[in-house]
Amino acid sequence: MSLTVTDLRVHYRTLRGEVKALDGVSFTVADGEIMGLAGESGSGKSTLGKSLIRLDGRMRHVGGTVELDGVELPVGDSAAMDRFRFSEVSVIPQYSMSALNPTRKIGKMVAELLASRGERLDPAELERRLELVGLSRDVLGRYPIELSGGMKQRVVMVVSTLLNPSLLIADEVTSALDVSSQKAVARTLLGLRDTGLVTSMIVVTHDISLVYQIADTIMVMYAGRLAEKAPADVIVTEPRHPYTRLLISSLPEVGVRQADKRLSGIPGSPPSLLDPPEGCRFRDRCPLAFDRCAEQPPFTEVAPGHSVACWKAA
Amino acid sequence: MWRYFGRKLLIYGLTFFVAVTINWMIPRFMPGDPVQSMLSRANIAQPEAVEAMRAHYTNLFGFDLPLWKQYANFWAALLQGDLGISIWVFPTPVTDVIVRAVPYTLGLLVPAILLSWVAGNRFGAFAARRKWLDNTALPVGYVLTATPYMWLAILLAWGLGIVAGVLPVAGAYSFAMEPSWSWEFLGSLVEHWLLPFASLFLVAFGGWAIGMRNMIIYELEADYVHYLQSLGASRRLVRRYAFRNAILPQITGLALQLGVLVAGALVTEIVFSYPGLGHLILKAIQNQDFFLLQGTFLFIVIGVLIANFVIDVAYVVVDPRTRIGMGEAA
Amino acid sequence: MTAEPPESVAESVAESAAVTAAGSAAVVTVRAPRREALYFALRNGKLVAGLVVVLVFLLAALLVPLTIDYGPNDYVGPAASAPSGEYWFGTTTFGQDVFAQFAYGLRATFLVGLLGGGLAAVIGMAVGFTAGYRGGLVDEILNMITNIVLVLPALVVLLIVNAYLGVRSVGVQALFIGLTSWPWAARAIRAQTFSLRSRDFVDLARLSGVRTPKIIVREIAPNMSSYLFMTFILLFGGSILIAASLDFIGLGPTQGVSLGLMLNNAARWSALHLGMWWWFIPPGAGITAIVGALYVMNVGLDEVFNPKLREM
Repeated sequence: MSLTVTDLRVHYRTLRGEVKALDGVSFTVADGEIMGLAGESGSGKSTLGKSLIRLDGRMRHVGGTVELDGVELPVGDSAAMDRFRFSEVSVIPQYSMSALNPTRKIGKMVAELLASRGERLDPAELERRLELVGLSRDVLGRYPIELSGGMKQRVVMVVSTLLNPSLLIADEVTSALDVSSQKAVARTLLGLRDTGLVTSMIVVTHDISLVYQIADTIMVMYAGRLAEKAPADVIVTEPRHPYTRLLISSLPEVGVRQADKRLSGIPGSPPSLLDPPEGCRFRDRCPLAFDRCAEQPPFTEVAPGHSVACWKAA
Repeated sequence: MWRYFGRKLLIYGLTFFVAVTINWMIPRFMPGDPVQSMLSRANIAQPEAVEAMRAHYTNLFGFDLPLWKQYANFWAALLQGDLGISIWVFPTPVTDVIVRAVPYTLGLLVPAILLSWVAGNRFGAFAARRKWLDNTALPVGYVLTATPYMWLAILLAWGLGIVAGVLPVAGAYSFAMEPSWSWEFLGSLVEHWLLPFASLFLVAFGGWAIGMRNMIIYELEADYVHYLQSLGASRRLVRRYAFRNAILPQITGLALQLGVLVAGALVTEIVFSYPGLGHLILKAIQNQDFFLLQGTFLFIVIGVLIANFVIDVAYVVVDPRTRIGMGEAA
Repeated sequence: MTAEPPESVAESVAESAAVTAAGSAAVVTVRAPRREALYFALRNGKLVAGLVVVLVFLLAALLVPLTIDYGPNDYVGPAASAPSGEYWFGTTTFGQDVFAQFAYGLRATFLVGLLGGGLAAVIGMAVGFTAGYRGGLVDEILNMITNIVLVLPALVVLLIVNAYLGVRSVGVQALFIGLTSWPWAARAIRAQTFSLRSRDFVDLARLSGVRTPKIIVREIAPNMSSYLFMTFILLFGGSILIAASLDFIGLGPTQGVSLGLMLNNAARWSALHLGMWWWFIPPGAGITAIVGALYVMNVGLDEVFNPKLREM
């Protein structure tokens, strides 16, 4: 079992109080698994991605554990977390275009980064990996400003996976790209797993149709909680959670982004996470809601590898 | 990169042109007959100075000539290094008076600017995100940078010079001495230099420290810093990168602040009767010595332009982006 | 300068809302930016402290002269006397009341700050908006002019102008200060405008045929109002400092009194050597307090408008 997350709770500190962005999330990711993590804006998918590697300034780890390869990750303690970052858990951030220090040559930055982690740079290996993503070694002598967006994206992919992390989090990596680059990035992610450079992967996205092409499993979040997790084709062909169903049915075609827009077919909007209501959070918008939904449905396995948090799904 | 320098040089050339034109134009805006009014305003001890002045002004202004010719004559005189004769120390040429004063001003300004910049940046970077320092030292920085240069100079002169009596408060060296290359004279020079230097240094230091502190805080929120932190880079590396990138706007800031720093040096010299350009300006104004005033103005403009160019070169050395054809950065 | 665009706070918050779970909170933020800003403003120690100091001096400048029934330059008391119950700040060598001079001097200081800073802000905005919005050749030319004025050392230009033209009133002094100190503001505003001009709401206005000046006034300026206000504060403080230097060199107003002129007189009549500290400490302290408070206020405002700087 590669990654085990148990009852993870992460809050955002805001002016009006704590936003319960991640409110008790439990799931596992197996070795070699590529898990797509989907949901609307504000569903908590990005918070979950960040929680596994680096909480940003306003996030607070409130409870729950994260275990990677049998070792508990100190997600709430940034200093202690450093030991695991890069080598065990790594990230391809959403902001890949600006992730590289603009005033350092890329090769030098990589060398300095590795040195600061006490790792030695193997130039031959670095060049080999650049080749894998179709970059020549010349990029090492360049400044980020000299590279195109797609090249920067690929450089970041190579850098992030340089220490063969057990878990890679790809956070909305395709959102800034055009369709053909999106496909290339998706293929590269797949390649990283297939060549064993990365053991397992969480691909955070709002684009189910894209992630469907590479993910083994897809997990859907809604309002800070898990809605459903299942093998990718099961999610797309036989979703059980009413929210997932609406999400999937609103996908007209592969490649078209839909999930980041408010679902026009569903009246209402997600509840405020400042003070979320009791029970199922999708209740107010759910066509199937009934009395029992006032009670929080557990995230339970309804079929092998298929878990749903809905009373009607069981 | 050459485009970048070309642009800069064009701007500096135009600036010089504008400065000379201002110099030429301003007297022509004076109400009435400028020659007469300047002669009557000037309180001149020697009668021969009046004649020399009248001759020079009449020649220089040449009011009977067409305007373009007047303007051309003005440039011609200027390019020959002829800035006129000083009234205040008649009959020394203005150029000579200024050349004698320039070393004193440079001796104050250059160390004060460089040291305050280096020290202020170091301190600001150090204070950023160290809460206790940030809360205690930075208010002091704000007070310093808001202090008028001459007031801090007066306070230092009063406190250390007059009340405590440890340092001299007037002149560049002891009145009892003649300039020479003796240790004693050099000692006196340093002694007289300390207070004006300190007041310039302190005010500027406050500004740089605050600027750096703010820049570092912005840099630490930049994406590349978050990425490094996500990959567990050491705090040292993160700070080093942030400092390095925060320095860039501080270099630009140095260029922007030059005028203010020069102004600070001028008033500081006045407080300490330090025989640099500021002192000349005061004397020129008190004695209505317009040639001297205009000459000093041109010298200062030239000095500022040269300093700007030096800063541009430094910027190109430090910021790689300017070297790869992106001339927009500054 | 702490010149990160605070105007784009709402936008950047909205953008981050697209990906973070703070989305729900951020949406609320965008809906009520004014209330939010006010809330943070009142809680921001720097802003409140700076504002209090400035207001205290402003009130002193407005009210105190009303309570004094002689002019600031009248010879009213004994010569060179130290502060006492009667003359709070003592008297000058000539028996002028330093406190009266100080109170009247504050008026000149605020006036020159307001007029000089105000004029510089107006020019800076006009140039910055035009250059940033129009772009192209207009931008090139305005940029060139801005850079030239920027490189010219303002005080030295003012010295020449004042010496020749005999500027002898606060108003004219402020006029010339305004004319020379706008360039950095123009540059900053140009950059901000540049980043705003391709935003959706500006495009929308342009497509619906709104004329350029109206777009700038209605769409662009409001979106950087906090930034403009902060720029004005810095120009205000800068004008005060330049005016003080000019007055100190002896090119200030001959009528009336200003804090810089007080320093000039104190230095000219050897207050230093006579140990008359009460003559030169108040004017300098007044300038430092006002300008310092303005700067601190500005940092406070920056924190209020820019969430990145807020201490959580």
